[in-house]
Amino acid sequence: MAPDTVIALAAAGIEDDLLERHHHPAWATVRRLLHHRLFVTGLLLFSIIAIVAALAPWIAPVDPNKLAMRQKFLPPSPEHLFGTDNFGRSLWSRVVWGAQLSMIIGSAVVAINAVFGTLIGAAAGYFRSLDNVLMRINDALMAFPAVLLAIGVTAVLGPSVNDVIIALGVVYTPRTARIVRSSVIVLREMEYVQAAVAAGAGHWRILRRHILPNAMAPLIVQLSFLFAYAVLTEATLSFLGVGAVPPTPTWGNIMAEGRQYMIDAPWIITIPGAALMITVLGLNLLGDGLRDVLDPRLRIQQ
Amino acid sequence: MGGIIIRRLGSAVPILLIVSLITFAMIHLIPGDPAAAIAGLSATQEQIANIRHDLGLDQPLLTQLWRWYAGLLHGNLGRSLLLGQPVVQATMLRLPVTLALSAYALVITLLIGLGSGIIAALRQNSWVDQVAMIFAMIGISLPNFYLGLLMIIFFAVDLRWLPTGGYIAFTDDPFGWLATSTMPAVSLALLLAGLLARITRSTMLEVLRQDYIRTARAKGLPRRLVVVKHALANALIPITTVVGIIVSLLISGSVVTETLFSIPGIGQLLTQAVLNRDYPMVQGGLFITTALLVLVNIGVDVCYALLDPRVRYDGA
Repeated sequence: MAPDTVIALAAAGIEDDLLERHHHPAWATVRRLLHHRLFVTGLLLFSIIAIVAALAPWIAPVDPNKLAMRQKFLPPSPEHLFGTDNFGRSLWSRVVWGAQLSMIIGSAVVAINAVFGTLIGAAAGYFRSLDNVLMRINDALMAFPAVLLAIGVTAVLGPSVNDVIIALGVVYTPRTARIVRSSVIVLREMEYVQAAVAAGAGHWRILRRHILPNAMAPLIVQLSFLFAYAVLTEATLSFLGVGAVPPTPTWGNIMAEGRQYMIDAPWIITIPGAALMITVLGLNLLGDGLRDVLDPRLRIQQ
Repeated sequence: MGGIIIRRLGSAVPILLIVSLITFAMIHLIPGDPAAAIAGLSATQEQIANIRHDLGLDQPLLTQLWRWYAGLLHGNLGRSLLLGQPVVQATMLRLPVTLALSAYALVITLLIGLGSGIIAALRQNSWVDQVAMIFAMIGISLPNFYLGLLMIIFFAVDLRWLPTGGYIAFTDDPFGWLATSTMPAVSLALLLAGLLARITRSTMLEVLRQDYIRTARAKGLPRRLVVVKHALANALIPITTVVGIIVSLLISGSVVTETLFSIPGIGQLLTQAVLNRDYPMVQGGLFITTALLVLVNIGVDVCYALLDPRVRYDGA
């Protein structure tokens, strides 16, 4: 190849593709993700929050509920990184532990969705006899406005962390199931699946070996957005007072408590709110990047 | 045309049936004795028994189910324990407030969302496009109550331009309504505007790539005309389907916005009902709101069919 052709190919990113052929396909995907600017930004933002949450006992050793009435409403300073609240509690500790709770709730809701969304979606998409019944129930659950259904479910179950996780699972699993179902319906009609049927493979084997692995891309994309919705809706619930109850620190209830003092101590609101926004922004960017790379059909044109 | 409306209404029947069944079941899914849960910790046995009797919880389940559906058909969903008012009446009193706020937010969403989405698509990859998409991304990531709080701190507390909360009905004082509704509506709308801008942009880009656009340009039609009459007209059709989702998200968002700005709408009503264990109100309010949303979605589908003859003739 003439040198200018090589340069032109490299500029077009084709050289990268040529090199990737020698690796396992998963590596190619990882490489493409790492070349995706928005994905990397999202990963960075989300990782900051996730790492802070994981290190909570070490980086925020002060009990988030320790009262210090003499140190009320201290503004952020080197000594009190995020300032203190109306009870003199360390806002740094509260926000860090709140991050941990957000991450736990987000991961749990994602896990519930991954398991039940896949089961329900695969059953509905694969077995036509089940489709009608399952999707009617699904549509009915999706007809409720999300936050209203979530507060309705917490009204029934109660305001503990576990109940909030179940509520968010009930609200979002139907949406995940629908996405899995649409991919399964398309894949079921593919020739290689027909070939597997003809070769005598059972339903379970066909679903597990031939259909579900190919339905993963849209599911993974959905789950990263879902993590964002779960964190956001949890914060909304605890802001309204129907989520995890004080004194358990959550970003939502810290902001709700800070509302009364927003004139004199705005940091009680702005800091947890910013943490919430960074998390959601990071996950949205992550989701956009995953969609561009894993699922080009759904891509928002660049 | 009538066929479409009837078909859509027909498909809504099973959904509404299941929605009503879920809302009916809610009170029975309360762990333990629902009557005791409603009465609270300090209630006497007698009070609990009274509540059980008033709500019909002492009846066999099938009788209760029968009463629930008979009530639904008569527009009777029981009485709110907190307000002492019939649930339907309490909901209908608050509904205009939420609808007015949602309509205002929807107008802002459409103006900003469609506008920036179209401009971004027409100037694809320019700085205008990038700035618009960065703002759209921030918009969809900004929790609406956080935005609302920041707006209160800035516009109400610091600048004193707008009240921090409260509500004045449009029919009482249009300017007062505008003053009290603008911050809530904007804080609700920005998230959805970001969503709409992203969808509008990608739909427009899709349409602009079609052959008929190139043909229209090639035969010498001015760009402006092609964009408005050929591209936009066709791009708007798939976008109408998003409006149904946006309305649902608006209602969801109004729950927290109404509480934040002390606006007496459905969202605030239901939040109060949940906090006070007013289950008949929770059930009824949830059912009425969801049923209305189902109807809105039918309306959207019918509009879609009106705009796109292909949907009508395919009988989809």
